[in-house]
Formats: sequence, structure tokens, C-alpha cells
Amino acid sequence: MEKEEKVLNSLQLAWKIRRHGIEMTHVSGGAHIGSILSVADIIGVLYNDIAKVDPNNPHMEDRDRIILSKGHAGAAIYAALAEKGFFDTKKLITHYANGSMLSGHVSHIGIPGVEFSTGSLGHGLPVAVGMALAAKKDNKKHRIFVILGDGECNEGAVWEAAMFSNHYKLDNLIAVIDHNKISGIGFCKDSMQICPFREKWEAFGWNVMDIDGHDHDALRNAYKSAVASLGKPSVIIANTTKGKGISYMENEISWHYRFPKEGEEYDTAVAELHAQMPDGTEDMYDVNVMEGEIL
Amino acid sequence: MRDRFIKTLVEIAKRDKNVYLVTGEVGFGVLRPFWEQFPDRLINAGIAEQNLTSLAAGMALEGKIVFTYSIGNFPTMRCLEQIRNDCAYHKANVKIVSVGGGLAYGSLGVSHHATEDLAIMRALPHVTVMAPGDLTEVEYVTRAIYGHEGTCYMRIGRGHDKQLHDSIDDFKIGKAIKIKDGEKTAIFSTGAIFDEALEACRILEYHGVNPSLYTFPTVKPIDRETIEACACNCDWIVTLEEHNIIGGFGGAVSEVLAEMGGVRAKLMKIGLNDEYSSVVGNHKYLREAYGLSAEKIAQRIEGVLGLEVVKMKEFKR
Repeated sequence: MEKEEKVLNSLQLAWKIRRHGIEMTHVSGGAHIGSILSVADIIGVLYNDIAKVDPNNPHMEDRDRIILSKGHAGAAIYAALAEKGFFDTKKLITHYANGSMLSGHVSHIGIPGVEFSTGSLGHGLPVAVGMALAAKKDNKKHRIFVILGDGECNEGAVWEAAMFSNHYKLDNLIAVIDHNKISGIGFCKDSMQICPFREKWEAFGWNVMDIDGHDHDALRNAYKSAVASLGKPSVIIANTTKGKGISYMENEISWHYRFPKEGEEYDTAVAELHAQMPDGTEDMYDVNVMEGEIL
Repeated sequence: MRDRFIKTLVEIAKRDKNVYLVTGEVGFGVLRPFWEQFPDRLINAGIAEQNLTSLAAGMALEGKIVFTYSIGNFPTMRCLEQIRNDCAYHKANVKIVSVGGGLAYGSLGVSHHATEDLAIMRALPHVTVMAPGDLTEVEYVTRAIYGHEGTCYMRIGRGHDKQLHDSIDDFKIGKAIKIKDGEKTAIFSTGAIFDEALEACRILEYHGVNPSLYTFPTVKPIDRETIEACACNCDWIVTLEEHNIIGGFGGAVSEVLAEMGGVRAKLMKIGLNDEYSSVVGNHKYLREAYGLSAEKIAQRIEGVLGLEVVKMKEFKR
């Protein structure tokens, strides 16, 4: 059966990523909701307005490659793929469940549209580098997008890859960093100072853009500018807020690990998301929308 | 072995434009034949093995057959997780080549001695583990891993290895090679220590012992059939590897033996006795120092066979 690509705008897709993220972590007792919320706009704009992908042909040769290197925000990619029609959105709720394909960190096995499995940090950019180099060698025109965390940039392999990408002039490689300023157990500035961040990437020879990672126009412009950049790889430093959209999660370190519990936490999260719902969006987890389906 | 590997890879690359060689800033001189003929397909990733291995996975997933090349433990342990997550889990067509397996780098010291690589690589699902024994085997193994879909590891020797057989009939991954028939004792050798194994057989024959000798260019998947057949027909199986005795080739053989029922051969594993190589010396000197020379191998075998010529105290270092 032909999968129908749903027509959304990027605000709607990003909202749905957040809404799925809340539900997926709530039901599963999963983790990393703070990261899922911070990266939602980066992924929403990329899948909706920039990347060439086709749910009916997930392996098409000239698709853009997308790797979520910060694999712990896997729910965001799963949600985006399901909303784009790669698989049934009803499957999302099996995240973390026994027998499910949707592991906490991204895995490609059995999930159409997932380009590469991640979870251990610092792997995505080097793999993307290999994909970019192969595309260059074959004179192919697709782009390679890779989304990293800022804490992830503690990993040495990120900088090995950064050095390589400049040396080999991989201008088909676009890295986006979800710069939410919070790492595993603390604020980046306290845990491991990565600043001056922009200057580091510039020193490694990259085309650097420093933007508001929740502003969709800014994201679109940055993506387009990165795609047009010639002769060097591009990095978009997307300044974000960890836990973006849920007031009590924003900039709170504990939400790197926690999930919204039944009761006030869950109810408040859903109520706050409903207050931000873009026009023309439906909440598939709303009892009225579910039409009596038991999930 | 490294020159024969490169020569073979050049022949393969002439016919297949998807073959790439990625070096970690090693192979000065050795890689020259490849990079002169295929400058676009020799990628120098610099001294950065994590990125090297992951980018090889990325290229392989785009349809390339990527050989990574470095020294000793650099292409394996330095980037073990990249091999596991990025290559093996994705069944990426990456062929990891380590030059200077075992004690081949001699006086350069313990950092350059790959003596746990077979055990570590063998523990990874979806990784085929190869250790050719001479120049002929390295040629066959190179061709075989090129044609084998998925992640492979090949440990080769260095520059001074010999050619010990002319050609191999029916070479297959996972199949041991019979070098000679014998009685009651079977010697299984993997990797470049083959030359010592061959010489040890000559010493043993001189002393009236006639062992059979097999090389195992494949450590994983292990040749269960040959091991079981020898275990039924022999009193002793002796495994020989320039590697820790834990978890490597001898470990693989012992796993097969342990699962056998009935009467079977006893096992003696010869290798490094769970220690790092701290003695300084060239390759030959180190083999002697760690009981891996032909003479020491022969003495140990004679020892377990109860032959009088052996003075066991020589093995107590």
C-alpha cells in the first residue's frame, strides 16, 4: 500500500514531535525528554522543509542522509519519521517496550527511514564524514545531515572528524548542534567548558552559523545557507533550551533523565503543549481524537 | 606480508573501483603501489583511528569496500566501539587490517605488540577474524575477505615473513589448511607463527614424533569439523598463536573441544601466558623469550608427551 505523506508545516511537525515525546516517555517510563524537546525544532524543520526523503522509498539512492548522533533523543527521530509516513504513528507508543523495535537510543533495524544507529556519543559525525566522502567520490548530489549534542562535543572523535571534513573539503556535510547548554550531570560551563564554541569550529575550518534553534525561519535560512556553502563543511550551532516548551522542564538538569509521571507532571505537560498547539494540528492522544481506540 | 597484502589489494582494486584503502598515517613506502595507481582511492585519515573506522563504516554503507590499515592495536583497540557499533552492528563492508600482529614489532615495545587482538575481535558478533600464516595465505585471505560481505578483521605479519606454501587448494573462510599428516598429535597454528610451527615439526620428527600440522587462517568462524576430527583421532591437540593464551585461537579451539562428548584429545595451548611483553628484543628474540620459538615449542610438546629429551625447567622463567 502506498504510504501517504502527511502534509504538515514545520511548526506542526515540531509540535507533534514534542507531543509524541511526552507520551512516549510517559508511557514507557523512558528518559531524555529534555533532549527530545530541545531538538524538536531542528528535526521538525529538517524533515519538513529541507531534507529529501521519501517514505515510499526509504532507501532511494539520492535521498539526503540524516543521522541523529545524539541518539538518546531517538524518540524525536522516530516521531518525525512516523509523522512523515515511514511507519504507523501508533507504533510510537511501543518505545522502550519489550519486543518493540524502538529502543531508547536510535537503532535502524526494522525501522524504515533510520539511516544509522547511534547512542554512544561521538560516532555520528565520523560516520557522516564517510558518507559525505563516498558521495563526493561518486559525484552524487545528496547532502549528509548530522545532529549532535553540545555535551557530545566533549568526545575526541567529533574533533577528529571535524579536522578530516575540513581537510577533505566536505561541503556536502552539514552538522547541526543542539546547543542546549546542559550535559549529563550539569551545565556545560560547569561540567566541561566547550566555549568558545563557535570559534572552535571556525578554527577547524568550518562554515559556522550561530542561530536560535527554536526559530523556524532562522533554522530554514541556516539550512539553506549551509546547503549552498561551497568548499567547506557547515555547522549550525542551534542555540536551544533543554526541555523547551514545558515550563517546569526548561533548563532543569534532572529532565535529562526523567519522564513525566502520571498525574500533575503529565497533565501539566500536555496542557502546556495544548496551549502552544499550532493551528490545524490534532492531538492523536486526545480521547476525542482516539475515537475510543485503546492504545 | 604487508607487501603481499598491498600487491594483492592493488590487483583487486584494478578490477573493482569501489575498493578503497584508508590508512591512519602509516605505511610509508608499503602503501606506495596502491597510492600511485589509485591516488583517489587511498584516503589518509591522519592519526585518528576512531574517525578512520567510523568513516570507513559510512563509506561502506554507501557501497564501498573499505580496507582500513594501521599498526598493531591502533586499528582495533583504539577504536573498538567504532568497530562494534558502526561497522559490525551495521554489517558494514569494512575490512580491518592490522600489520605487525603478535610480537612482530619487536624492540618497539609493548605498545606496538598486538597480543590480545584475536580474542577481542572474536568476541564481536558479525566480525570474521583472520590471521594468515605466510605470504601465500595473506594473498588468499585478502581475496577472501574482499569477497566476503560484512566486517572482517585480518591480522598480518610485517616485512620479513616467508612463503611457506605455493598454493592452497579449495581455500575457504572458516576452513583450516592441512600442511602435513601425522600421528597422535595435531598442531594447530594461526598467524605468522606458522614458520616456527613448521620448524618445530621438523625437530619433533627428528626426535621420533610425527605430529600433523594445520594452519588456521580463520579464527572465526572456527573450523569445528577439523578440530573434532583431530580430537577423535589424536591424543593431543596443540594450539599455537603469537597471542595471549586467553580468549584467542586456543580459546576458540578449547570451546569446541569442551562441547564434545566421549573420548577426545587433550589440549595444550601455546601462546603468551597472560602477560604483556616487557622484554626488549627483536621478533626472533622475543619469540624465544616467551617460549614461542620452534625449539621451545618442540620441547613443550615433547614434555606433555612424556619424552625424556625435554628438560621442563627450561620453561620456568
